[in-house]
Amino acid sequence: MDILLQQILNGLVLGSLYALVALGYTMVYGILELINFAHGEVVMLGALIALAVLGALAGSGLPPAAMLALAIAAAVPICVATGFLIERIAYRPLRNAPRLAPLITAIGVSIVLQNLAMIIWGRQYVSFPPVIDLQIYELAGATLTNLQVAIFVVAASIMAGLLALVRGTRLGRAMRATAQNREVAGLMGVDVNRVISATFMIGSGLAAVAGFLVAAYYGLGHYGMGFMLGLKAFTAAVLGGIGNIPGAMLGGLLLGVIESLGAGYIGDLTGGFLGSHYQDIFAFLVLILVLVLRPSGLLGERVADRA
Amino acid sequence: MPGAETPLLEARGVAKQFGGLAALSDVTLTVKRGEIYGLIGPNGAGKTTLFNCLTGLYQPSAGGFRLNGESLAGLKPHAVARRGIARTFQNIRLFANMTARENVMVGRHARTQAGVLGAVLRPPAARAEEAAIAAHADRLLDYVGIDHRAGDLAKHLSYGDQRRLEIARALATEPTLLALDEPAAGMNATETADLRRLLERIRADGVTLLLIEHDVALVMGLCDRVAVLDYGRKIAEGVPAAVQNDAAVIEAYLGGALP
Amino acid sequence: MNAVLPERWRANPRLAWASYAVLGIVLTVLPFVVDWGMGRTWVRILDFALLYVMLALGLNIVVGFAGLLDLGYVAFYAVGAYFYAILASPHFDIHLPFWLLLPGGALIACVFGVLLGAPTLRLRGDYLAIVTLGFGEIIRIFLNNLNAPFNLTNGPQGINLIDPIRIGESPLNPAVDIFGYTLSGAHAHYYLFLALTLLTIFIALRLQGSRIGRAWVAIREDEVAAVAMGIDTRNVKLLAFAMGATFGGVGGGLFAAFQGFVSPESFTLMESIMILCMVVLGGMGHIPGVVLGAVLLTVLPELLRYIGPLQDALFGRVVVDPSDLRMLLFGMALVLVMIFRPEGLWPSPRRARELRPDDPDTTHHEQESLYDARR
Repeated sequence: MDILLQQILNGLVLGSLYALVALGYTMVYGILELINFAHGEVVMLGALIALAVLGALAGSGLPPAAMLALAIAAAVPICVATGFLIERIAYRPLRNAPRLAPLITAIGVSIVLQNLAMIIWGRQYVSFPPVIDLQIYELAGATLTNLQVAIFVVAASIMAGLLALVRGTRLGRAMRATAQNREVAGLMGVDVNRVISATFMIGSGLAAVAGFLVAAYYGLGHYGMGFMLGLKAFTAAVLGGIGNIPGAMLGGLLLGVIESLGAGYIGDLTGGFLGSHYQDIFAFLVLILVLVLRPSGLLGERVADRA
Repeated sequence: MPGAETPLLEARGVAKQFGGLAALSDVTLTVKRGEIYGLIGPNGAGKTTLFNCLTGLYQPSAGGFRLNGESLAGLKPHAVARRGIARTFQNIRLFANMTARENVMVGRHARTQAGVLGAVLRPPAARAEEAAIAAHADRLLDYVGIDHRAGDLAKHLSYGDQRRLEIARALATEPTLLALDEPAAGMNATETADLRRLLERIRADGVTLLLIEHDVALVMGLCDRVAVLDYGRKIAEGVPAAVQNDAAVIEAYLGGALP
Repeated sequence: MNAVLPERWRANPRLAWASYAVLGIVLTVLPFVVDWGMGRTWVRILDFALLYVMLALGLNIVVGFAGLLDLGYVAFYAVGAYFYAILASPHFDIHLPFWLLLPGGALIACVFGVLLGAPTLRLRGDYLAIVTLGFGEIIRIFLNNLNAPFNLTNGPQGINLIDPIRIGESPLNPAVDIFGYTLSGAHAHYYLFLALTLLTIFIALRLQGSRIGRAWVAIREDEVAAVAMGIDTRNVKLLAFAMGATFGGVGGGLFAAFQGFVSPESFTLMESIMILCMVVLGGMGHIPGVVLGAVLLTVLPELLRYIGPLQDALFGRVVVDPSDLRMLLFGMALVLVMIFRPEGLWPSPRRARELRPDDPDTTHHEQESLYDARR
């Protein structure tokens, strides 16, 4: 029984990371019906920038909290700017093109970002300096670190803040309206371009924080980390119902738990045939199953079409 | 072998729900062989929805259709087309970047069979079939009157020619029932008169017609019988003259007696 | 045939035949010219170019003809390659002949194509892309890990010492002396690959101009209308997928025999994307364009190798490793091409019109999704 609780707790922490990233995918898809392939790379950028700052400050004698704050303070604006630029340069010109075009462009942007990072930071792993004082708590036979708790709390607060933004503010209303019907929202006085830019920027800001947290959690960053993470986060978004913000949160948490339990038990389930290095497959299987069996996801609306 | 009395098409108790919205409720009608049957009603009455249920694009929530006595329940759209129901669309749906001839040739797909092997090896049978497809397409283009535009891209045709092309493409599937969704929309008087002649000719050549239309003059002059839908229900059915004077119909269109 | 010939040629058959003759001569002597001018390595590059032409033409059927975005094409390539490798190497000490394994690999890849396509082809474009991407990755993960408990694929180390292709008794690999001139394995493979590439082009052309080819274009243009005309879109799409997979499987087998070695590293997502680039950048759906795209994208990256010494000469050191540049330039090329010339370098005239986003004539019926019909 210990391992079950442990896996679930791990899964929730992992899941909150997926949820943070999934929000970016779901918001952009809701507004543009576009899978922003490059989103995972923005997460990677956030991670590597934060790691670079931390690496530079590591021996400086500043208190850990200050170093961490500076790292985030560096990562967020750069990622936000990146998200803004990507939308402006690569996606906006193709707003009215057949859907194949922006999809291919998104792949192109993703490749560019990944390889730029590889050129700048090299191919090796970049490690997270020992800045955080790790403390371990016990909970009913399972262990939890202060880092894990922090990740969960930070992610939850941010998501709560986003929900408040989307439900309570003028911008949030504009975002929801644009997601429902872009043309009519424009006719009602919404500056659609501004709203779309804002969506990308918010998503990228979330990505920066997520990147920082991921780097802290795994203790390292790498130019290739965005790909798998992005794919899994997208799966989480689809699982929860693409375009649905609470859905992305739910999907993220759920996927984290599924993956954690799966990795933990797969050896037992398959009689030793498959080991835990098949962990990544779970996300793909979930994705395929959801898309084939219930494409609208858990919280998504069932869309009726009119011919 | 269905007798001459068996209606060609029967709709029985057809209903369609979209979430809480009842787009169609208990629609029952019959179309006789060789008829031109009109389906009219205010916008949003469910006419196109009925077409979509008929052709398999939607599955009815209740009730169903019979063609020649055989049920169409559960059939996918391409199977319905192969049974002999062809349709045109309210917002013309041509293959925009194919030529007019190619559009009609695609219509022959359901009645031909060359597969991958036939395509690659081109045995005499496949070659003959290809030639027949092209010839048939040209004949149909001539039949509807746009043979001079056979090599033009569909999206470059005039609006009237596009509607004709859609009809030609539907005819290529050799239907027993041709379902037309507002074929005269956007046409002027001359074009409408030409269309009427074409539709009468199609009926004379053995195809039964079911059409949705708003052009009252066309419906009155062309249709043998008419059904009126309003809010998803059939509120009248009969010969055009009778329906035109039906109180319920007048109310549906005009919104009730003047105070 | 007619799809490719320009008007001038159709009107003047003698001109057409003369052009074909010239092309034939050029293709026949090409390996010798390349060998003499640029060295033996470039003959091997030429062979790979032909291999990629075959793969790109296969993907073109799926993406270009039928309009289905497949991001996991490499899975079929991998299946074909490993099928060959497992059955013609010291791995299990099975040594089946090439003429049996190539069609076998094609068949297995085709089966995989049908298995993947059957549940997923009704999904909308972007979802299909992600699912196929996932499938490609799943295949790669299995290839990487199926060395325990039963060693099927030898894991990350891959399978080595694969039997070369044998024509009759003689393998294509070793060098052969003819009239005092040394014919390398690369030359022999060139002619085999050339023959197969020409066959592939022939098949693709025949498919394009057929009833099935028209059905693919119809589905791409307007699936709802296509279905209303009696086209069983599910089966027709599945056919495109299966054909693409078959070509991929053949390519895989040839790759395994040619290179003599396969490992999961050769079958990454990047590989799928590269082949997609060849189709898209060359001219989606247009066979000559795809051929051009495949050749360019195989040859140009090799030219990048010269950038190292060039940087040395200019800056005194290598600022950026040329191999790092390769994918970066690919990514930029993809973005730039989609924004400025989405129809590709050498498009068919029809396709150029289809892909121009601002053409007011083109109606996009993509808002409707077909798969939702509740049964």
